[in-house]
Amino acid sequence: MSEQITFTIDGIEIKGKAGQTIIEAADEAGIYIPRLCYHPELAPHGSCRVCTVLVNGKPQSACTQPIAEGITVENNTKELDEHRRNLIDMLFIEGNHFCMFCEKSGNCELQAVAYRLGILAPKYPYFFPKKDVDSTHPDIFLDLNRCILCGRCVSASRDIDGKGVFEFVGRSIEKKIAVNAEASLKDTNLKQADKAADVCPVGTINKKRTAFAIPIGKRLYDSKPIGSDIESRRK
Amino acid sequence: MMTKPKVATASLAGCFGCHMSLLDIDERILKLIELVDFDKSPIDDIKEFTGRCAIGLIEGGCANEDNVHVLQEFRKHCDILIAVGDCAIMGDIPAMRNNIPLKECLEEAYLNGPTVYNPEKIIPNDKELPLCLNRVYPCHEVVKIDYSLPGCPPNADIIWQALVALLTGKPLELPYELIKYD
Ligand code: SF4
Ligand code: SF4
Ligand code: FES
Repeated sequence: MSEQITFTIDGIEIKGKAGQTIIEAADEAGIYIPRLCYHPELAPHGSCRVCTVLVNGKPQSACTQPIAEGITVENNTKELDEHRRNLIDMLFIEGNHFCMFCEKSGNCELQAVAYRLGILAPKYPYFFPKKDVDSTHPDIFLDLNRCILCGRCVSASRDIDGKGVFEFVGRSIEKKIAVNAEASLKDTNLKQADKAADVCPVGTINKKRTAFAIPIGKRLYDSKPIGSDIESRRK
Repeated sequence: MMTKPKVATASLAGCFGCHMSLLDIDERILKLIELVDFDKSPIDDIKEFTGRCAIGLIEGGCANEDNVHVLQEFRKHCDILIAVGDCAIMGDIPAMRNNIPLKECLEEAYLNGPTVYNPEKIIPNDKELPLCLNRVYPCHEVVKIDYSLPGCPPNADIIWQALVALLTGKPLELPYELIKYD
């Protein structure tokens, strides 16, 4: 039997298991902590910082920080949500997010977190960077205009598919996702059924001939905010 | 009789879709004209401001110098300036030219495009034409914007709820289902 650990999130008592991260314990208890790069089936990347919470008053990313007996976690506060909105704003202006024609719209986690946090428009000037689109693969295309560098595709391809199709190249603002091949996506052994083709939170890795199948109004986040599924577990 | 607050609207580098969405409030338009008078707007074809306006609604971003001029006029004459729709907020479709040099865009449109017929090889340059900007600028990069209503176009309900809240001095609280970027 695993050791039980008791702590609080926003004053609510949570019973987690030793070895869990804050986000894992919170998810189980039905408390939603906003997040972007975290995916429950993948090793935490800890890069987006949207999941930042205060642990005994210190900022920590909930997806990497293990729980400990008696800690006090603050999650749902005005200041943290403002910090999260700033991060989301920056992700929007650093890429080219044209939601009006993006096949991920309505099912996109970046957009959904922005909706949930009530963002009507980013407050910063836009970069309009030049980014590549790779449509050489017969079944999958890659639109780097929308990549938020969450690293999910890298982990999924390496750790689950055992292929290593994706990798990060460059640093800082030049950092981007590249494919591990001579020229382009068609030269990799990526398949539609791969985990790596499934985990992208945004509209960067897309399966061809599957877009716009769900009508507006019925998409994942059209009427219920992201995290509602987690919150519905709360007893 | 108390004078009604005035609303002005403009379409900059937009497609008039946001104005259509405003008209999509259907019969509520009758209530709207009980609440406000329209000043400078393509809806009533008033070309120049006749006075101070409570609210200015801006559709479209700034693609040319005339857009910038109109936007600055709106800022000057309106107490509250609202960016309506994704073009005003982030440039949207017109801004797809933003990482292509302007010269290349013009040459594609007037010289090299597959359907272009232009035997004199003239890129329009009449001095009456407003100059194109190097890129399309979202409105908040040009003047201060007080509120933004996203959508392509924004739903008629979000426009209606925002207008009524602001005109009646209530806080702008928009329900989840109305905030959409598409
Ligand atoms: S990836 Fe998401 S946020 Fe970006 S354009 Fe597509 S729907 Fe919008
Ligand atoms: S392509 Fe998608 S999954 Fe990969 S890093 Fe970019 S946003 Fe994340
Ligand atoms: S979800 Fe924790 S850092 Fe991204």
